[in-house]
Amino acid sequence: MPQSSSLERVLTRISARYRDEPYQLLQMLRAVQASYSHVPQSAMQFLARHLGVPLSQVQGVVEFYAFLHETPRGRYDVRFSDNITDQMLGSRGLCERLCQHLELTPGQPRADGKVTVDYTSCTGMSDQGPAALVNGLAVTRLDVGRIDEMADLIDAGIALEAWPRDWFAVRDHIRRSGPMLDLQMAPGAALEAAVARGASSTLAELARSGLRGRGGAGYLTAHKWRFCLEAPGMERFIVCNADEGEPGTFKDRVLLTRYADALFEGMALAGFVVGAREGFLYLRGEYEYLLPHLESVLERRREEGLLGGNLLGSRVGFDISIHLGAGAYICGEESALIESLEGKRGQARVRPPFPAIRGYADKPTVVNNVQTFIQAAQISAMGSAWFAEQGTEKSRGTVLLSISGDVARRGVYEYPFGVTVKEVLADCGAGAVQAIQIGGPSGHLIGAADFERRIAFEDLPTTGSLMVFDWSRDVVGVVQNFSRFFQHESCGFCTPCRVGTTVLRQLIDKVASGHASAADLDELEACGMVTRSLSHCGLGQTAPNPVLDGLKRFRPVLEAKLLGGTDGPGFDLDAELSEARKISDESLKEGQHG
Amino acid sequence: MAESGQFLIDGKPTPFRAGQTIMQAAAEAGHYIPHLCYRPEFPPHGSCKLCSVKANGRFTSACFEPVTEGMKVESETDEIQGYRKRVVQMLFAEGNHYCAFCEKSGNCQLQAVAYHLGMEDTHYAHQYPQRKLDASHPDAMIDHDRCILCELCVRASRDLDRKEVFGVAGRGLQARLVVNSPSGLLGDSNFALTDAAAHVCPVGAILPKRQAFTTPIGMRRYDKHDIGEESSLTPIADKGE
Repeated sequence: MPQSSSLERVLTRISARYRDEPYQLLQMLRAVQASYSHVPQSAMQFLARHLGVPLSQVQGVVEFYAFLHETPRGRYDVRFSDNITDQMLGSRGLCERLCQHLELTPGQPRADGKVTVDYTSCTGMSDQGPAALVNGLAVTRLDVGRIDEMADLIDAGIALEAWPRDWFAVRDHIRRSGPMLDLQMAPGAALEAAVARGASSTLAELARSGLRGRGGAGYLTAHKWRFCLEAPGMERFIVCNADEGEPGTFKDRVLLTRYADALFEGMALAGFVVGAREGFLYLRGEYEYLLPHLESVLERRREEGLLGGNLLGSRVGFDISIHLGAGAYICGEESALIESLEGKRGQARVRPPFPAIRGYADKPTVVNNVQTFIQAAQISAMGSAWFAEQGTEKSRGTVLLSISGDVARRGVYEYPFGVTVKEVLADCGAGAVQAIQIGGPSGHLIGAADFERRIAFEDLPTTGSLMVFDWSRDVVGVVQNFSRFFQHESCGFCTPCRVGTTVLRQLIDKVASGHASAADLDELEACGMVTRSLSHCGLGQTAPNPVLDGLKRFRPVLEAKLLGGTDGPGFDLDAELSEARKISDESLKEGQHG
Repeated sequence: MAESGQFLIDGKPTPFRAGQTIMQAAAEAGHYIPHLCYRPEFPPHGSCKLCSVKANGRFTSACFEPVTEGMKVESETDEIQGYRKRVVQMLFAEGNHYCAFCEKSGNCQLQAVAYHLGMEDTHYAHQYPQRKLDASHPDAMIDHDRCILCELCVRASRDLDRKEVFGVAGRGLQARLVVNSPSGLLGDSNFALTDAAAHVCPVGAILPKRQAFTTPIGMRRYDKHDIGEESSLTPIADKGE
């Protein structure tokens, strides 16, 4: 525990860095966590007093985000990405190996306080796993050699800056490009075109393009912008959702790396169209390593007059600041993201009103995905016809797929909407495919019967994640991994998701361990339907998808795991009686002695 | 938009005024929709999901969904009542609810709505969470075992009492009610029995001390009538426990 006067000096400095603004609470708490490897109770009390917010709110925020801790983590904080694709590459064994070397238990800091090793949700490196975060920074392509060396580096107390640079290298892996990825757009081109055309004509051009949001829901971008534009109020905001938390997705990571200029231009364009002066990039905590790069692009654009007080030399101003998440998948839901931007627990709001009407600070707010802003900028520069040339009637343009799992070439692929699953699988070198998870755990698990289907909003919509499983994989293990993910990420706000995700996880664990009966499969389905139908937000509504798809398309695989086949008992009699037997045995023994 | 109009609840034409939610319009028409986290004096919260209905074929919560002209609301269908029963069962399985020796029994809305929906067992495996009782306050106690996270106390304390005594921390199944005091104990907060927050708990989580059996079992509120016969329009002050 730090000395109180020194702690208060540090906290005062951290708070001042964020203008003592309660909305910046999460950013402040991240800084406290980084400084003290936890958020001490005394720091929560100080910040509550200092900012004038209830202590219970500060406590609530600390307990909500997976990267904030009330008790100290090790000075080296290692978290292995626990997505199924990392596991398929051997992550669990590597984590165990590291724990053995360092002589510790996962999740518990070592007695000397030096190191913690733990698991975390997908870190967005499925194309170059097994991956981990070390003190928040991404480490990729782990193998036995790297793990052994990592243990030595930690034991020797070598600073992260002196670790091999190559471990922190993140490759882009663009395997197939199309009009979107190929477009070379000069910085300012989209904005200049928009200014020349005027705001309302630009919106009309965007509407003609048919661009739909790339975050998953597929809402027409121009409609969203128009709602925001027409909403009453003086102040408006633009928010970019770069909380790419869907396991198996990493295309936004590549876009943030290579197309940051186009992204910021798209956000400024949205600001120009709807009349907003301020924008936020909500960057998932796992991508903290991208922060210096993104900040430098922002700074250069300010110097170039493409951001800041005099956008394009006019009196119109627009600027962007970056907020970091702290380990919460739910913050990818737009209203939960706004709550998080406001320094609160990331819980989905009651809708309506939608963010376009009442968003950040209760003001009209456009929230779009990284790719959506980039495409909006491209449409402004190139025109709607350029964009609408490709794709299908209802899904214009191209789709970016993040492909991982059992394929020869993992990476990002750009296709026109309407491409069949089969074509994609052939291109990425997938052989003997048993199943694919398209759109991540919240999407769908499909088998060969559906490989002729088309990737498009009207058939198989996707957030971009495409994980491939060959015949050597256990589909029940896949469903189990995703069910655990949802249980871990449920925010706990509404009953059907809070309890339903736990029930689903417990039942699928029972199936996987070979103790389930046919009645448990029926219950999985029934509970899945309650959770899907009644949950408050998209997380709960999609959380049962892996289970329900598993039952629908891979039922024989699940049935093969049942105890005593399809009409065996739903419980293990010996296990249930073991405790009673132990007690009666002991009392018998006591009786013999007495 | 017209000032008023008509919509259908389970096929029955029901009037509504512009801006009303399904819950409000239904309550005014004397139509009960089960709920736990909703009370008329607070903005809708939408967490318990007992008021789930289908509006024009789409699942939503009656407490926050605005009515539109001609909207077809399904509420007492077998499908929806069945789902509501499952939600109540989830709440029972998640906490530690022992009606047989709970002093709120008979006045408890969770118990009452369970009876209303014909719940006969908890269906789901009990989670048996380990939660501590907070008896630190001289006039009231918090039995966290019974908390259903409706956040009525959070809202009452914030919006009516202007005190912000309560909040929620944790996430998922670990989500829990917390008290805004350095020790986290109610006795160290500025909570008072005269607060509105002391009287909104629909279950036996926040209870006044020394009043447990002033009204004997058998003569309590829901011993006399089904919860569905009550108006959902009455504010806290007029209800009296």
